[in-house]
Amino acid sequence: MTQEFAWASMGLMSIFGIIFSTLPIAGAFFFRPSKSNPSKVTSYECGLHPKTTPLIRLNVQYYLFALTFLIFSIEILYVFPWAMNFKTLGPIALVEMALFLGVLLMGLIYAWRKVGLEWQ
Amino acid sequence: METIEKLFLTLKSLALMGPEMLLPEAWFALLKIPLGIVVGISALLVVAPVTMLFLTWMERKVVARMQKRYGPNRVGKFGSLQPFADGIKMFMKEDILPLAVDPLLHTLAPMLVVVPAVMLFAVIPFGKDMILSDLNIAILFIMSISSIETIAILMAGWSSRNTYSMLSSLRAAAQVISYEIPLGFSLVPVVMISGQMSTYGIVMAQQDGWYIFTPWGFLAFLIFFISGVAEVNRSPFDVAEAESELVAGFHTEYSGMKFGLFYMAEFLGGFAISCFAVAFFFGGWLDPVEQLTGIAVLPTWIWFLLKSYVFVFVLFWFRGTLPRFRVDLLLNFCWKYLLPMALINIPLAAMWYYLPDGILYKIIGWVVGIAIIFGMHQLFTYKRLSRLYSAYDRPDSSLRTAPQKG
Repeated sequence: MTQEFAWASMGLMSIFGIIFSTLPIAGAFFFRPSKSNPSKVTSYECGLHPKTTPLIRLNVQYYLFALTFLIFSIEILYVFPWAMNFKTLGPIALVEMALFLGVLLMGLIYAWRKVGLEWQ
Repeated sequence: METIEKLFLTLKSLALMGPEMLLPEAWFALLKIPLGIVVGISALLVVAPVTMLFLTWMERKVVARMQKRYGPNRVGKFGSLQPFADGIKMFMKEDILPLAVDPLLHTLAPMLVVVPAVMLFAVIPFGKDMILSDLNIAILFIMSISSIETIAILMAGWSSRNTYSMLSSLRAAAQVISYEIPLGFSLVPVVMISGQMSTYGIVMAQQDGWYIFTPWGFLAFLIFFISGVAEVNRSPFDVAEAESELVAGFHTEYSGMKFGLFYMAEFLGGFAISCFAVAFFFGGWLDPVEQLTGIAVLPTWIWFLLKSYVFVFVLFWFRGTLPRFRVDLLLNFCWKYLLPMALINIPLAAMWYYLPDGILYKIIGWVVGIAIIFGMHQLFTYKRLSRLYSAYDRPDSSLRTAPQKG
């Protein structure tokens, strides 16, 4: 039963958190001045007028990092259940997990050798 | 002593006395737990801004002293009212919405960045019986919630339609998702040895000895704290808001209270990381004097705050001391050093667990552990190895000229 209460308080916390983050902005609405002028509402570019849009094509490097991240973050999800039951599962599971991590380590070494982890 | 220890629990029961007298008995029995939760949440939502105000003052004071300055000393004694003055100023500032921005995302981003930072407070064990929600998967919760901040930063950068914001948010995304991996793997040994993922349970499991006093715990703490600092984009990992190259990074186009919320999220994140470092490796709210001699000297929540403020101070110390990382070095450090070290740490923890009892075996374990850590450190920082794999150092590499920014 305690877990249900823990999750219920988490849900309430998220609602209160949203209120907590909305209130300052909403509250400031009544106090702040609002005097707009044409040069105030241009994008800030250190005094120059922006010529191009920043919505450019992204460097492919970001996707490489995202892919490597995806592999390893899923790997973490597989490792945690084993870690929870590490004491009861015993040494055989440890060897199995070492093999699993070893296979994924090969992936890291592959990405490393193929210069996938290099910022360029 | 006992009354101070129970201070907050007493306050909670006092707050519940009002509804107990007003409501019929049957209603109160039904509403007691939800009301208790609401009281706890309200307490946290008071603690969070107060912590943030105190931390802004503390950071300015500490960094100023490190640079032989006085820091804020005009408003109030020792400048202690400065954060309130800043808060009022931020509240009264105009909220400029540039023409180019996407108004909806631009407004939602600062709200989204605060919510996860506040929600992390729910799983911090502040003291004995002082945790809002004792989730049994708190570690997974921490990892998933803290990655929401990336989305908020990307939203802020994308919706601002500003070159600086865009570059900064992309950098921040690459950095935060990269550092999430060593952060997760550094907590695997903690889960292995304590056998649970609840923050409260991990603190309780350290009654025999803090995890920092083991070879794997020491390494895991270093990896956790470094990646944690990178997760919340604090110096020296603040390439996202590098003020010398990107103006103010992803919050360049923000002003007034929206900017204040970004500021708040950063400080709350830093505080939460310090709290988790204390809870996972430094025995949380456990009283070290009581663990050694059996005599309790201070209430548990005071111990917890003392320990966590030590790490908050270390965060500010980092900012006062270390220069900013270059983007490529930052990512190399994560993938080619922290991640392999965190993976090595898992068998190290297993070895420690299977070590027989006895002081002699512990000494052998320490020697072997330090030898493994030092050997791996040498291996992953070995110049020739990095030259073998690093594109920059290959003689035929087109990258041999100055590294590009981006």
